[in-house]
Amino acid sequence: MADLELKTRQGFAPDAGHESGASALPDEIPITLTVNGRRQELHVRPWTTLLDLLREDMSLYGTKKGCDHGQCGACTVLIDGQRMNSCLALAVTKDGSEITTIEGLASPDGTLHPLQEAFIEHDAFQCGYCTPGQICSGVALLREGHAKTAEEIREHMSGNLCRCGAYTNIVDAIESVMAKETAK
Amino acid sequence: MNRFSYARPGSVADAVRELAGHPAAKVIAGGTNLVDLMKYNVERPTHLVDVGRLPGLKEIEEAGEGLRIGALVSNTAAAYDERVKERYPLLSSAILAGASPQLRNAATTGGNLLQRTRCYYFYDPATPCNKREPGSGCPAKNGQNRILAILGTSEHCIATHPSDMCVALAALEAVVKVVGPNGERSIPMADFHRLPGNMPEKDTNLHADEIILGVELPEPRFAKHYTYLKLRDRLSYAFALVSVAAALEMDGDTIGEARIALGGVAHKPWRVEEAEMMLRGKTADRRVFAAVAERILEGAQGFGHNDFKVDLARRAVIRALSQAARGTPQSQTDKRIQ
Repeated sequence: MADLELKTRQGFAPDAGHESGASALPDEIPITLTVNGRRQELHVRPWTTLLDLLREDMSLYGTKKGCDHGQCGACTVLIDGQRMNSCLALAVTKDGSEITTIEGLASPDGTLHPLQEAFIEHDAFQCGYCTPGQICSGVALLREGHAKTAEEIREHMSGNLCRCGAYTNIVDAIESVMAKETAK
Repeated sequence: MNRFSYARPGSVADAVRELAGHPAAKVIAGGTNLVDLMKYNVERPTHLVDVGRLPGLKEIEEAGEGLRIGALVSNTAAAYDERVKERYPLLSSAILAGASPQLRNAATTGGNLLQRTRCYYFYDPATPCNKREPGSGCPAKNGQNRILAILGTSEHCIATHPSDMCVALAALEAVVKVVGPNGERSIPMADFHRLPGNMPEKDTNLHADEIILGVELPEPRFAKHYTYLKLRDRLSYAFALVSVAAALEMDGDTIGEARIALGGVAHKPWRVEEAEMMLRGKTADRRVFAAVAERILEGAQGFGHNDFKVDLARRAVIRALSQAARGTPQSQTDKRIQ
């Protein structure tokens, strides 16, 4: 944390020449992110979103860009354990955070997360584009513990749109994992 | 998105100084509204001051007989806080009526207060908009105005404030604590947001060099008889066409203090204290509620597509007062309206 203060106190130079097309862009800002358990030192421009950083710089294409405006949920990842829209998070503001994407949910030996298994079991997707966001969101929902019934699951999954309309099976998949966890 | 520089000050005092040194700077915390607007080139700050980690603003604390919610408390943390749920369930309910779990996790209390309108013209830099570009005109008045205001509008702007949280805060008479170069000051919710008048570019009375520290809720009085009734085009994850926060003190069937604030109908949460006074000492009764609704909607005017809102708001006030008087608040999961 002390190191972080040092780094940020100095601020970063503004982009004086941008409008005229001149070269000087602001310096890239050094940040540290732990992505799917791996700690990484990165350099980012202040306007790079976490979504673009994951996809373009880290080749983690599982997280999807849908609307890019926080309306569809396809870009949902876990930031310090909480589900958020990575398209609306500037990467620089998440310095020091732990990020979990769809690629980080399975165990290192390849065993899928119970919710991933349940999505397959319940046929909870058609085209699959929204699926990584749906699953990250569902994993967080299970941990949060606010939703107990199918109706509540629907409300708490309302931030994830599915244009194929696989909602019924998505709710079933989440409900099945919830039932197994409750039975434990 | 335009190019900008970035700073993450380590203290509130440093943040205030940072802001004072950059007139075209914007404050960022959760970023759920600002980053969206920057992607549309509606906001083009040259400098971002990241207040997201400032110490001392992430707590919910006792404050006299009330509660103080720090500016950086997430909407999720505020809505599920046991003290908020028990003493100010209206606030909890209103927050949970808004956005999605993902957005509520990122969005902060301070940021929610500073949300900008969702008017289509404000969001589209290809069109004129007096709020975005003062003096350019307001195409909304004769355009797509289904979601826009019916109360407190001006010839320059018919935008609405989109927040649910703020409607509850207005009804609860919360006070916004802010700090600037000249120190701290308190702004009652009633004075925090502005009507558009001839300066629609100015949403609030917060000065450009001030930072929100938090909101203070007064002594809880409406934990039993309240409701947040939100009506919208889809049942979840949509902005209100009309919403009503109603809070009553009840002694049997007799109403004591009453508060009613409307969302989705004006440039700020809409309260008419005179209408609230009409309820004091009265028996909870539909005819009384109808008279109150009539008073609240006095002077309401649609602009074509949003004409329906006048009647919708009138009916929503009556229904919300019935729910509050009965002590059966609107469920934010089961959307059926009882």
